[in-house]
Amino acid sequence: MTESRKTSGLTPSQTVGPYFAYALTPSRYGRSEFATGDLRVPDLSGEPVVVEGRVLDADGAPIPDAMLEFWQPDAEGRFASPLDPRGRSNSAFKGFGRVETVEAGKFTLSTIKPGRVPGPNGALQAPHITLGVFARGMLNRLHTRIYFPDEPANAEDPILALVPEDRRHTLIARAIPGEAGRYRFDVHVQGADETVFFDA
Amino acid sequence: MTLILPRDGLSAHPPSLHPDYKSTVKRSPSRGLVIIPQTLSEITGPVYGHETVDAADSDLTRQHAGVPLGERIIIEGRVLDEDGRPVPNTLIEVWQANAAGRYVHVGDTHDAPLDPNFTGAGRFVTDAEGRYRFTSVKPGAYPWGNHPNAWRPAHIHFSLFGPSFLSRVVTQMYFPGDPLFPFDPIFNSVPDENARNRLIADFDLGITEPNWALGYRFDIVLRGRNQTPVEEPHDD
Ligand SMILES: [Fe+2]
Repeated sequence: MTESRKTSGLTPSQTVGPYFAYALTPSRYGRSEFATGDLRVPDLSGEPVVVEGRVLDADGAPIPDAMLEFWQPDAEGRFASPLDPRGRSNSAFKGFGRVETVEAGKFTLSTIKPGRVPGPNGALQAPHITLGVFARGMLNRLHTRIYFPDEPANAEDPILALVPEDRRHTLIARAIPGEAGRYRFDVHVQGADETVFFDA
Repeated sequence: MTLILPRDGLSAHPPSLHPDYKSTVKRSPSRGLVIIPQTLSEITGPVYGHETVDAADSDLTRQHAGVPLGERIIIEGRVLDEDGRPVPNTLIEVWQANAAGRYVHVGDTHDAPLDPNFTGAGRFVTDAEGRYRFTSVKPGAYPWGNHPNAWRPAHIHFSLFGPSFLSRVVTQMYFPGDPLFPFDPIFNSVPDENARNRLIADFDLGITEPNWALGYRFDIVLRGRNQTPVEEPHDD
C-alpha cells in the first residue's frame, strides 16, 4: 500500500507552464470563463477602480505568459467565503479575478476598492487586493498585495509595517494623473525594484 | 480568527530558483519573501462549485464529434487536507497535451499532430468525500527548449483551490515508471524524494475498466488543517 506515502504531506507545487490559457483563461479558445479581470456585478456598490500594469522579469522584460489571480472583499470588507466569520454580503460580488498577461506583459483589473479587513489582534488593515502570480519559470505561485496610494490607513497597516520602508512602494499602486479611479501596478518579479512577495 | 494553517509542510515545495530549469533564473524573486501573519485575506478564498462545470468537462474524450486517438485513461483520487480530511466541493481544473504530445495552445509549435477530437481541458468538483474522477487519453511526452534534447515526461497539469487563498496550488501529475524522470528539471525541482513521488499517480487495477480504459489513482494534499467552516453568525 502506498496510501500513507500519498497522504503524508503536501502535494508539491509545479509551474503552470506556458500552455494554461486554453484551460484557465480560455476566452480566446471559445470556452466559458468563471473568472475574468472584470469583478463588477450589477448589484455592486463601492468606488469603481481600474488597476492596470505589467509583469516584468529580472531584466525588466515583459512576461507575456503569466496568469494573475486577484482576491478581495467587498466595499465593506466582507469576503465571499464561508471562512469569513462575519456573515456574507447580499451582493453577487465574488471578489475573485483571473487574467492572463498578453503582449507586453499587460493586464487590467476592473473592480471596486476593497473595504478594510481585520488583521492581527483585530486591528484593521488598509484596503488591499491579494494577488497571486503564476507563470512558466515560476515553480511556486508568488503572493503579494496591491495597496492604494493616498490612503491614510497605509500608515497603520500591520502587514506594510513588516516590509522594509524602502520597499513598501512596490506594494502601492500609483494613481494615473487625471484619471480618477485608475491605478498602475507593475509586478517586478526580480531586480532592483523587485516587488515584495510574501510567505504566509 | 484563530484558524492558522501550519507552515511545517511547506518544505515539500520546490525552491523558486532552480537553475537547471532555466526560466526560473529570471522569473524568481531574489530578495527573500517577507513572512506575514495569516489574516482573513489569506485564510479565506473563493468558492466555485458544481454550477461551474458540466458533464462534458470531466470526460475529455467526449468533447468533440469523434473519439480522440490515444490510450484511454481514467484518473481518480481524493483531495485531502494535511490531516487527511477530505476537501469537499472544491474545483479542480486540468489541462494536458494530446496523445502525440501536442497542446491545443496557439504557442505550441511542436511538430506533432493536433487531434481534431481532443482539446485537453477539463474541470470538475470534488464530492462530499473529496473524491474526483475524470476520463481522458494519456498525454504524450513532448520536447522543450530548456537544454539539448530536453523532453518533458508525460504529465497532466492540475489547478486546485481548496478553501483558502493559501490552500490554492497548481501542480503536475506524472505517470509511474516514466523513463524521462531523471532528466526532467521541473519534476526534479522538488528536493524531497517522498514529496516528488507524491506527484506520480499509481496505476490501479480497481479503477481500470475492462475492455475500456486504464485506471490511475492520484490523491492530492492541500495546505490546511481542521478547515471546518465557522458557525453562522448570531443575529444579536
Ligand atoms: Fe505541460
